[in-house]
Amino acid sequence: MSFPSSQKISLARREALAGYAFIVPWIIGFLVFTIGPMLASLYFSFTKYNIIDPPQWVGLANYEKAFSGIWNAVRTGDARQFGDPLFWKALQVTIYFASLALPLNLGISFFLAVLLNQKVRGINIWRTIYFLPSIIAGVAVTLLWVRILNPRVGVLNPFLKDVIGIQNPPGWLADPDWAIPALVIMSLWGVGSSMIIYLAGLQGVPTDLYDAAKVDGANAWQRFWNITFPMMTPVLFYNLVLGMIATFQYFTQVYVATSSSIAGLGSPQHSTLFYNIYLYQNAFRYFDMGYASTLAWILFIIVLSLTALIFRSSDAWVYYEGQLRGRG
Amino acid sequence: MKKESEGLFRIFRSASGHELLFKGIVTLILASGSVLILIPFLYMISTSLKDPAQIRSDSASLMPRKPKTVPINGNPEPLYQVTIDGQVYEYALIKKIPNGLGQFVDPARADVIHELKINEQKQLYRWDVHWENYPEAINAMPFWRYLGNTLIVTFVGMFGMLFSCSLVAYGFSRFRARWLNVLFLVLLSTIMLPSQVRLIPLYIFFQNLGWVNTLLPLIVPQFFANAYDVFLLRQFFMTIPLELDDAAKIDGANPLQVLLYIVLPQARPALISVGIFHFLYAWNDFYEPLIFLHTPENWTLAVGLQTFDAVYTINTHLIMAVSVLMIVPPILLFFFSQRIFTQGVVFSGIKG
Repeated sequence: MSFPSSQKISLARREALAGYAFIVPWIIGFLVFTIGPMLASLYFSFTKYNIIDPPQWVGLANYEKAFSGIWNAVRTGDARQFGDPLFWKALQVTIYFASLALPLNLGISFFLAVLLNQKVRGINIWRTIYFLPSIIAGVAVTLLWVRILNPRVGVLNPFLKDVIGIQNPPGWLADPDWAIPALVIMSLWGVGSSMIIYLAGLQGVPTDLYDAAKVDGANAWQRFWNITFPMMTPVLFYNLVLGMIATFQYFTQVYVATSSSIAGLGSPQHSTLFYNIYLYQNAFRYFDMGYASTLAWILFIIVLSLTALIFRSSDAWVYYEGQLRGRG
Repeated sequence: MKKESEGLFRIFRSASGHELLFKGIVTLILASGSVLILIPFLYMISTSLKDPAQIRSDSASLMPRKPKTVPINGNPEPLYQVTIDGQVYEYALIKKIPNGLGQFVDPARADVIHELKINEQKQLYRWDVHWENYPEAINAMPFWRYLGNTLIVTFVGMFGMLFSCSLVAYGFSRFRARWLNVLFLVLLSTIMLPSQVRLIPLYIFFQNLGWVNTLLPLIVPQFFANAYDVFLLRQFFMTIPLELDDAAKIDGANPLQVLLYIVLPQARPALISVGIFHFLYAWNDFYEPLIFLHTPENWTLAVGLQTFDAVYTINTHLIMAVSVLMIVPPILLFFFSQRIFTQGVVFSGIKG
């Protein structure tokens, strides 16, 4: 009676051991490259640390530096009252960029995906063209856009002036008010990466739903709003979360566009001082590893809570296919 | 006339006409959008073939060109297509005078001067393609060194990633154990983790190992699997039927042999698409190489190109030439593997 079951246990144990054995590379990597460094940076965030001297415990001083002076700054409306005005500037720049780039990116890429899901001639060529920019994102593309947008020798402003008739086209990356819109334009050129995910989602919408709606007499517009759109909300949601996380880590474009200008990283007038740029500056320019670790943990908590927020609010507007079926 | 327009009207009212109109509009929008996508590429290529003088004086043109000139009294003068009384001639502009006027002459008869508004005439250009920008750009920086470093980081890293992620994905897809599901959730949660939160201690860790300013920090972590690729591979492994596994096991194959001879051969499409994604990521990556590599002999193309721009920013033609060289491999890869690519995205995007 007990013999077969004990054999079963040993077989199960053997299977479990084999399973654990195969994931050992990840477990080591997780401990050494993820959880260990995370805990270490949490510790550093409570220290003063310049790499050369050993870390010195300072308690909450780094967090105080970031958050002190809020009350005075809000009361007087004077950003100089902040304990670290640049920290708030970096948050503001990042959120401003996200508030422009994310809605535009989500809207345009969804619109393009719907168009690219139509049965028109040469559809594969169109899809290839729109996807192309997103596979080469990085330094080369940013160097190109810096030159396109250059107010003196660029190609965009002559076009705006001579063809569209705008008398004083903006200075783009050279103008504190236009630097963020310029980066938004650059990012929109690469909408292909989220577009392709929508496209995959659109192709996953079961055709029997459309057939049923047609039988019920729904027109194309009604089919779009009542089937396509609800079915696509999980993908919209996915792209929204990813886009937000990406904005808080936005780096290469800003670094390449501003580090070689005279005014330096985040120029002009800190108008492109993205959160991740400020973090990099503190860590690898000022070697203030303690404060940089604090910034990293604040970033982590922001990303975590925004993700959680979207997850919680998603019940209200995200449909999953399973739910849809459950109701029907 | 009335009949005709009625017929046209009827076509658009009919279901198929409706669809035709709709498809026409879709194509029109797609075509105009793709012009916006492609013009920057064309601008990159054409700028890489211009000489500095043209970039300064004629930067907006998409054609690497020089003004056509003719010798008038021994001086080369720009040639224009001019219109006089409805007749078109090719005249040279010999002098600019106030009020936007210019003195034009027929190259064959330089003594008769026509005064015409300059901006109403069309300047003539000839192609002027500077292929030598490419060798010049390559020689202006340690290009081959950067390329070599980039290839090492990309391909050794890709090997490490495929090796470790296959093992881990196999572990998560084929075995039952109490903690495996929990650990898989832990793995998934690290996808959202911003890398900055572990970057500084990692930097210090690698510095203590003496690895900062070597390629190792970019390569070695790839041998310890990453959440994203493990997830993709595991999803694919789950779709491979278990019957063959069982048959192999009955024949006495151990789990590693099942992975090597049964699972991996069937997972080739997934391995290739994960490999391509890794190539694109490693080839374009700038953040980590910037942080870990400090001297030119260790730079990858991305860092090398950025630094070249920082030092020689006025040499737009050379910078664009290297930029073109840098985007060619990803584009070629993309064209050759398009099908796998889109399948990979379909499957990575949402099917999970």
